[in-house]
Amino acid sequence: MSDATKLARFEQAAMPHFDAAYNLARWLTRSAGDADDVVQEAFLRAFTFFDSFRGGDGRAWLFSIVRNTCYTWLRKNRTQDLMTEFDETLHSGDGQTGSPESLQLRRADTEIVREALEKLPAEFREVLVLREMEGLSYKEIAEISGVALGTVMSRLARARKRLHDHLCEPAGQESRA
Amino acid sequence: MSCKETQAFMDGYLDRELDLVRSIDLERHLHDCPGCASLHQARMAVRAAMGAGSLRYAAGERVKKSVQAALVERDREERKTERRWFQFQWPALAAAAAAVVVLGVFWMRPVTKPTEGEVVASHIRSLMANHLMDVPSTDQHTVKPWFAGRLDFSPPVKDLSSEGFPLVGGRLDYIDNHVAAAIVYQRNQHVINVLLWPTSASDARLRASARQGYNVIETVRDGMQYWVVSDLNPAELQQFAERLLAP
Repeated sequence: MSDATKLARFEQAAMPHFDAAYNLARWLTRSAGDADDVVQEAFLRAFTFFDSFRGGDGRAWLFSIVRNTCYTWLRKNRTQDLMTEFDETLHSGDGQTGSPESLQLRRADTEIVREALEKLPAEFREVLVLREMEGLSYKEIAEISGVALGTVMSRLARARKRLHDHLCEPAGQESRA
Repeated sequence: MSCKETQAFMDGYLDRELDLVRSIDLERHLHDCPGCASLHQARMAVRAAMGAGSLRYAAGERVKKSVQAALVERDREERKTERRWFQFQWPALAAAAAAVVVLGVFWMRPVTKPTEGEVVASHIRSLMANHLMDVPSTDQHTVKPWFAGRLDFSPPVKDLSSEGFPLVGGRLDYIDNHVAAAIVYQRNQHVINVLLWPTSASDARLRASARQGYNVIETVRDGMQYWVVSDLNPAELQQFAERLLAP
């Protein structure tokens, strides 16, 4: 197995998942420019550790590297982004605000959903991206995120509830500061 | 299923991660409980909202190309360092290969006489540990009988003092799984150890060698294995051995 083919083998394993990896980085960093940097760093890191990749699910392997690179980056550059997770309890009201009908009216508007999703803490965005956009199973998400299966399920539940709450906010109340 | 359980399992149910039995239980509860049914609808709405339009961000060719270029660069660097490492290691590799060859030769060389080492060791020990003689005597008629009670063979002991090799004594030793007689002669300040034990081998010529700075002569004569060791020079030791073994 010569060095000349390492790059070729890596590209074959990783590049098909480039768009998905970029999407995850873009959602976690919430910035196009930062996503460019993070995804590049993640791919270089993946390439460096490619020898330790023993085949199998290249996508899940890549996702976990992208995810970890994102969090390292967020911790360094956007500490307050990660802090938002702690105010989660403030929003865990019991009832369902708004009605399914009002949601019905808005759901065609992708931009509104996008905005609502961006307001969620990083861990909620992560689990929703992996589940709703990539269609990964709980088991796959648990492995990528390094958490228990039950945590994946409860995180998804809270993420969806929060997303629902944001979507049901009357247009005027969107800023919650 | 209770409302609490229903709420806990709702997402697993929607994601088809819930087992069949609990899924049926949950559905039954939704049918009966308007509150949980409303939650179910809300969750469905959220999922629908997320699935309605594409929320994915496309990577774009520019970032993809830039990452590919960075990978090519990283690959080149890695190979350069590996090559450098390899070049740097050449002397070490060569040394290792040489060591392997040397060791191989060392291990595979015919193991002719391990006894020689033991004989030299015996000689050195006799000088070191003040254990040169068990029977210090210049008289062959004292030395020879001393062995009689201690060995099952009678070692020839010669008086070579007229030749300049006075007898100084004798002792017992154990060489190569044999109880050996050690007969000690002297030449000026040089100690000569003659070690011998019976052998079934036939007579052989004198074979001289050197080991650890000592000269060694080995031979078989009249059913005796002889080893002569000394720091005496080879010529004089040869002369001694010939006198010793002369009929």
